[in-house]
Formats: sequence, C-alpha cells, structure tokens
Amino acid sequence: MGFSIYDFSGFFSGLHQWFLDNMPGWLVITIEWVLIGTTAILFIAFLGLSLVYAERKIAAWFQQRLGPNRVGPFGVLQTVADILKLILKEPLTPKQSDHFLYNLAPFIIMMAPFVAISALPFSLGLQVMDIDIGVFFVTAVSSVGVLGILVAGWSSNNKYSLIGAMRSGAQIISYELSAGLALLTVVILSGSLQFGEIIASQSDGWWIFKGTIPVWIAFLIFLIAGTAETNRGPFDLPEAESELTAGFHTEYSGIKFAFFFLAEYVNMFVIVVLAVTLFLGGWQPLHFGHWEAFNHVMDFIPPVIWFIGKVTALIFLLMWFKWTFPRLRIDQLLNLEWKFLLPISLVNLVVVAFITLMGWHF
Amino acid sequence: MKSIANYFKTIFHGLKTLAVGMNVTGNYIRRAPKTIITQQYPNNRSTLKMFNRFRGIVIMPHDEDNMHRCTGCSACEIACPNGSIEIIAPRELDPETGRKKKVIDKHIYHYSMCTLCNLCILACPTDAIIMDQTFEHAVYDRSLLTQILNRPGSKLNPAVKE
Repeated sequence: MGFSIYDFSGFFSGLHQWFLDNMPGWLVITIEWVLIGTTAILFIAFLGLSLVYAERKIAAWFQQRLGPNRVGPFGVLQTVADILKLILKEPLTPKQSDHFLYNLAPFIIMMAPFVAISALPFSLGLQVMDIDIGVFFVTAVSSVGVLGILVAGWSSNNKYSLIGAMRSGAQIISYELSAGLALLTVVILSGSLQFGEIIASQSDGWWIFKGTIPVWIAFLIFLIAGTAETNRGPFDLPEAESELTAGFHTEYSGIKFAFFFLAEYVNMFVIVVLAVTLFLGGWQPLHFGHWEAFNHVMDFIPPVIWFIGKVTALIFLLMWFKWTFPRLRIDQLLNLEWKFLLPISLVNLVVVAFITLMGWHF
Repeated sequence: MKSIANYFKTIFHGLKTLAVGMNVTGNYIRRAPKTIITQQYPNNRSTLKMFNRFRGIVIMPHDEDNMHRCTGCSACEIACPNGSIEIIAPRELDPETGRKKKVIDKHIYHYSMCTLCNLCILACPTDAIIMDQTFEHAVYDRSLLTQILNRPGSKLNPAVKE
C-alpha cells in the first residue's frame, strides 16, 4: 500500500496493547469506552458548530448577503455565541405536554447519529468498528432519528408539531426505500456490506467512475433521498416555517432545541459520509486504472484530507440544493418518491445486478 | 406509449429546470464578494449613498444667495392629506406692479405627522420643496420635529415664474 505511513491502525493497536500491558482488562474496556465516547461528543459538537456556521455563511452568499460577520473574525464565533445563548435559556416544558416523552425526544434524536458515526470509516484505521454489515447498520440506525421526531411532535400537544411529525414519518418511510436501493447498487457491485471491503474495492477507481451510468443514477437518487431523509430543504416539510411555525420542534427551547438543530446537521454528515464511502471511494485517493505515476502522486495526499475534501464538496452540494430550490408540497414529495425515484431505482438495481452477473463493469 | 415518453420527458425537464436554478445561485456564489448588496450601515455612514427614489424628510433647498423657489401658493398645503404643512403667506404690495401679491413668511412643516407620501412634492408648481436623502431624524422632544423650511431672511428667487 502506498499510504501505509498514513495508517492509523498501528497507532491504535499499539495504544490498546499498552493499556492491556499496564491495566486489568475491565479497566481497559472502560477507558476505551470513555475515550471513544468523549471523542465522539467533541467531534459532533465541533461538527455542529462548523456546519451551522458554514450553512449560514453559504446561504448568505447564495442570497447576496454577508452572513454572520460581527462575532470574531468573519463571524466564526457566531455559532459559539448562539450555543452559549441556547444553553443559558430556559428549557421550557409545556404544562399540557407528555412530560416524559417530551424530555426524552431530544435524546432519541441525538442518539441515532451518535450510533451511526461509530461505524463510519474516517480514514485508514480511523474507525471505531468495521462491522461486517456496516451499510445496513448505518442505514438502519440513522432512521431511528424519525422516532425522535414523531415522539417530539406527539408529546408537544401542539397541532403544528403533530402535523410536522406526521409529515416527517411519511417522508422518511418513503425515502428510506429509494435511499436503501441506491446503496444496494454499490453493495452488489462491490459484493460486501462492510465499509472496509467496499473502500478496498475502489482502490483502482471510485464506483462513480467504474460503474458508469447506473451508478450515476444511483448516486443522484441517493443524494435526493438522503436530503429528504435528513429533513433538509427542499424537503423540509416537517419544519416548514411558513406553514407550521417550526414543525415538530415548535414547543422546544434552549438546549433541547439545540439538540434538534444539531441532529439535523449530524444526520446530513452521516448521509454525506455514506455517499462518499460508497460512491466516491471513502478515503481512497483519486486513482485511475493503470496511470501509475498519477496514482503515486495522489497517494502522497493523506487519506484524511481526501475524506474531508470529498465530504466538504458533497455538503456544499447539499447546501446548494437547500438554498436554491423551493419547498415541495406533501403530495409532490410523495409523487416524486413513489412515481419516480422508487421505480427508477428498482430498474436500476436490476440493471446493476445484470451488469455484475455478466462482468461488464470495469 | 405516449405516457411513457411523457414520463421520461417530465424527468428530463425537471432535471433541466433544477440545473437552471442551480446555475443562477451558483453564479451568485462564484462572484460572492462582488454580488453582495448588503450595506453595513453604521460603519459606512460617511460614505452611504441613498438611491434617487428614496423619500426622506421634506426640505426646501436654498441657493448661495439665500434664495428659495417657494411662491407661497399653498398647493402643497392643499395636497397634504394629513395637514403636515402650514403656510403663512400674507399679501404684500408689490412696488413694481402696484398689485398685492402673496409673499411667503413661514413654511411650517410638521415632520411628526408626515407620512412621506410625496404628494406635496408632486403638487409644487415651482419645485421649491424636495425630499432629502437623510433618514436619521430621531429627537428627544416632539416640538423639534416642527420645522420652518424657509430660512430667516430668505427671498424668492426672481427666476421663478408665477
């Protein structure tokens, strides 16, 4: 491997061995859990802060505005100030709400992306656990978030919240199908559900280049369905401001609202990492079949940089979608899924299966 | 058969229109610093340039010889829908023609009542009053909002034809 110097797995296994040599086994597991948990929390907090700032700045540029520019240089501390404000605000619980479920919902919605990022491959060896059903695990776990939305909408005892939550349920149940089918095309091509093997199968070229037209269609469908799954505009019906005040989180304030806000961005990150891993080669550098010199130059760029670059590009694309397209109506939303995305992705899946069977891909 | 063709036509038409929309916003962000139209108001106060159709406070411009163009015809007072303008113009004997003629004494303007509707400017036959480009007019006392627009000792510009 050209990039063995950038491999993290040696460092982590060495650390694990050092712990084992110096401590009893139960303590090692506890310490590793705490370390991984703290890292995940810090990472998600940093991710939320930076993505919210990026979203506001990019949205402003798309709309010919300046965006946040008062707190800190270029307004970079704006989101920190906002989070501080949200922490200091009173977390109000409405009297007529279902108190237990109302307070539980923000945690359910935060739990889904937390569990999901535990299986995502960030770089060579930089992964909490390379589960052998990784793709299935992440898609299954990331759709638990809708349970949080439904619980939040139901327990708020507010008609706007309930309508928003029901819309979210309809939306995510629908779009989960075509997102899953789009991911299955790559699973068929690479022959594995494990992230490590899917990435390894792209070492001579990413699936988006190797798979040609069927994979392009699957990629497009996954981007659309993924945007819908994360409740981002143009599919932000559950929180449609102009119709439902704020949808399912109308009644939430303070840090509980911040959880919902953060979960949206972390979900977007999870979807983008899935797309990057399956279609754009994860942390693999840009490789083309037999161009040895070109491949070798690309190997010098660390996998982490490749990963961050691809994720940033796709996140920018999703923000571009959000700030360009108007929101869909609920019937248009379901039309798009059941009449267009689902039939196309089913046919696409059959085509990919046939191509793989005949060995017609690169 | 036609419906199948229509189905694919819908998809490609949809994709094309989405690309058109993304092109528009993409152009905005590609030229991001130049396309920004936000004015950072308190910072650029010294260089702030308002646009021509901005309707600020009503003023009466005077030239360097302290002459204005108001004949005291009261057209603006009649045009004003909420009585923001009062004109005190007693008739005085004109020594040249020997006839009595209106001469403006005080053009009183109540900014506190004015809605900046522009009707007085349109009504003025001699373009004596205009709307200024300023907008920072907050005061601590309401009486300060009542202004006399013609300056003390000012005269009618002889070039103005009645």
